[in-house]
Amino acid sequence: MSTAIETLVNREYQYGFVTDIEADTIPRGLNEDVVRVISAKKQEPAFLLNWRLKAYRRWLTMTEPHWANVTYPAIDYQNIIYYSAPKSAKPLASLDDVDPELRRTYERLGISLTEQKRIAGVAVDAIFDSVSVGTTMKAELAALGIIFCSFGEAVREHPELVEKYLGTVVPHSDNFFAALNAAVFSDGSFCYVPKGVKCPMELSTYFRINSADTGQFERTLLIADEGASVSYLEGCTAPRRDTNQLHAAVVELVALDHASIKYSTVQNWYAGDAEGRGGIYNFVTKRGKAAGAHSKISWTQVETGSAITWKYPSVILQGDHSTGEFYSVAVVNNRQQADTGTKMIHIGKNTKSTIISKGISAGQGNNSYRGKVKVLPRADNARNYTQCDSMLIGNRCGAHTFPYIEVENDSATLEHEASTSKIGEDQIFYCKQRGLKAEHAISLIVSGFCKEVFQNLPMEFALEAQQLLGITLEGSVG
Amino acid sequence: MSVQSYVDDWTRWAPGAGPAWLAGTRRSAIDRFAAAGFPTPRLEDWHFTSVSPIAERAFSPMDGPASGVAPDDLAPYEFGGGEHGDWTQLVFVNGRYSAALSSHGSLPHGAEVASLDTVLTDDGGAARALAERHLGTIAQTADHAFTALNTAFVGLGALVYLPADTEVARPIHLLFVTDSAADGGVTHPRTLVVLDRFARATLVESYVSLSDATYLTNAVTEIALADGASLTHIRVQRESERGYHIGTSQARQARDSRYVSFSFVAGAALSRQNIYTSLDGAGAEATLNGLYMADGTQHVDHQTRIEHIAPNCASHEVYKGILDGESHGVFNGKVYVRPEAQKTDGKQTNNNLLLSAGARIDTKPQLEIFADDVKCTHGATVGRLDESALFYLKSRGIATREARTLLTYAFAADVLEGIESDAVRDGLEGLARERFLDVPQLAAP
Repeated sequence: MSTAIETLVNREYQYGFVTDIEADTIPRGLNEDVVRVISAKKQEPAFLLNWRLKAYRRWLTMTEPHWANVTYPAIDYQNIIYYSAPKSAKPLASLDDVDPELRRTYERLGISLTEQKRIAGVAVDAIFDSVSVGTTMKAELAALGIIFCSFGEAVREHPELVEKYLGTVVPHSDNFFAALNAAVFSDGSFCYVPKGVKCPMELSTYFRINSADTGQFERTLLIADEGASVSYLEGCTAPRRDTNQLHAAVVELVALDHASIKYSTVQNWYAGDAEGRGGIYNFVTKRGKAAGAHSKISWTQVETGSAITWKYPSVILQGDHSTGEFYSVAVVNNRQQADTGTKMIHIGKNTKSTIISKGISAGQGNNSYRGKVKVLPRADNARNYTQCDSMLIGNRCGAHTFPYIEVENDSATLEHEASTSKIGEDQIFYCKQRGLKAEHAISLIVSGFCKEVFQNLPMEFALEAQQLLGITLEGSVG
Repeated sequence: MSVQSYVDDWTRWAPGAGPAWLAGTRRSAIDRFAAAGFPTPRLEDWHFTSVSPIAERAFSPMDGPASGVAPDDLAPYEFGGGEHGDWTQLVFVNGRYSAALSSHGSLPHGAEVASLDTVLTDDGGAARALAERHLGTIAQTADHAFTALNTAFVGLGALVYLPADTEVARPIHLLFVTDSAADGGVTHPRTLVVLDRFARATLVESYVSLSDATYLTNAVTEIALADGASLTHIRVQRESERGYHIGTSQARQARDSRYVSFSFVAGAALSRQNIYTSLDGAGAEATLNGLYMADGTQHVDHQTRIEHIAPNCASHEVYKGILDGESHGVFNGKVYVRPEAQKTDGKQTNNNLLLSAGARIDTKPQLEIFADDVKCTHGATVGRLDESALFYLKSRGIATREARTLLTYAFAADVLEGIESDAVRDGLEGLARERFLDVPQLAAP
């Protein structure tokens, strides 16, 4: 990334952002009043305010965790604006105002013009908006009884559902960043799929019109009732120019009896420049509870962005015969750091989990897989298979594996395999003598390395993810 | 707090304990121990092992044997040494060297296998110069409270030295025995092994008990391997079932050296083995294998660390665990590959067999890699006996109990088979059969 972009990003952050939204922000810093103000501005019911306050008070007693294999300068929590009304950023007049490098990336990813405008924050034509795909789809979902809306809307329209499930998977006291999120979360997504309903389409924040600026403390709650099934796509494959340094999101999934949830993420936030300046700290708590018998939760993630990624999408396998899956590709280049993995907590009987993690390190990036597979004493016949492979490109990067396997039941069968290797020179040589350029050869080999994970992504995502990988690794071999 | 009781014991003992040249090392070590205290599960390296049974008790220095230990008492623990063989075997009873029980086989000219206390005070001796050069330079006291405690009380133990291009045909056996007088006591045995260029040796360290006393063994072994040197190092831990054992082996390997370590653990209520090696010179090779077998409420912890510092080094690691009763096994294998350590070949495996519903295992194989041209893999498994294998044996007319025995033994024997010394291998295979399988008549393969 050029310094020009970095300057642009920082400038926007330091001046434009703050002054433009003067009207609807609160001062920097965090105290109990700020939590109350956020709740009041969002006209939240009492239970939610109390929950936020409980979380805030708990957060005060907690210290920022530093066990992850990442380093970053201290975060000043009093120098963050915890509330700004959505759509506060000033829209750009046309695509011509968008950074040309960003546009080139969009074009190479094959994103349509309208979509490009939306992502880049260009004001979208009102007519387009009203007839957008999103609106049509929303009507179709409503007919099936599926609730899919912003978190704020859910609090207003369906407070009983929110109250029933909020914090049941990631409690307000879970960890430092989750507590912070619980206290100050701005908005997010909410989805409820009623009994026996199979959601007919991939749900995505793509289709939710007011999703553009959900802020840095996003909260997602997704519930699949008995026999329901849903596939949810988070994020978007294009680089998102977000000016917030710290992102502490929380995602909670609940799957009841025979329900199944598939949650896919492609994350490509600003990673900072080649020297490691700027970039997003992505400190996310994602957890699913396979609460019902025969329920299934599957996480798929492709992590290519952010300066620091610190996330462990986990599954609590509570229901008997429940299944948890985790498929991940994490790529680091330049000075990016990723400490990511999963937790599979086997509680119910005959539970099964699969973990496939692929880490690619290039430049001076550091990539860690950290995973925990825990089998509790009553979890008879638990089964886990874990495979984590790392690929290193260049000798200034690092790949690390920290698997924790804790078994308290003798009927469990667990297998863990990990390997680390580099791209074989013979493989590159073979491709080159067939007329492929070195860069192309690498992208081909890397795609093959990640194939098992990409197979689990919805089709259109998989294609883009592959291209994205190529772009992230550009210039790492030369 | 028992930390203070160790400091007090040290303050009483240290001024009168020679030699003067060690005083500074001991002082800084006790300061380090006093500052750090005993490790707690809050430390990542001790996450699954609480040493509070050790920390809550104040073990005092042992006074030597209560009654005479007879040579025959040792027979079950000798693999072919002692009176019955021609091994060099040093025997330590409750920490103290016993010349009467020890025996000396033939050693090459210039070699030294001696009790550490005589070496340390031997002014002008070549062995003392060696000790002065190496003692405390390999075993780290920072972040290792037990090693710091051992170094603070350093004095008893053994020195093993082989000059360049020499070889000892028979294994050297260091036998650390405790008897009933050990109850409530602690020993800090220290072993220093120095192998000069292209020297070759097999060293067996045994920690055994003749009673069911409650005591603490806090052993440290430092190993310096010069270019091309080769050491096979077998540690056998058969402490009393009420004893506590913390054992640290730390090796430093120069160019083209070879270190083969085997950790056999069957004893102690709570034990922790730290097996560390650092591949400092190009072309060095390390093999760290082990077998741990626990039942009852035993707690068995292993931590291994292989540091690949130089290029073209290889490391292989296979640890197997058999856990029965309510026992708790812990394995943490670390492999570090530094940026300069290109062409590293590393392989680590940890297999665990759970024989009962109450048994528990926490395993954490760990890779940290900073070089790209490497081949590193690790694998870990946890499970019961293979149902289909059991079924196969039963279909051939073998009773369930026998079939289980056979398969369990096969699981253990797989890693024992790699031990090069016939006497030691046969001895340990015998122990494995007796320990769990209760069928000594099963012929060794």
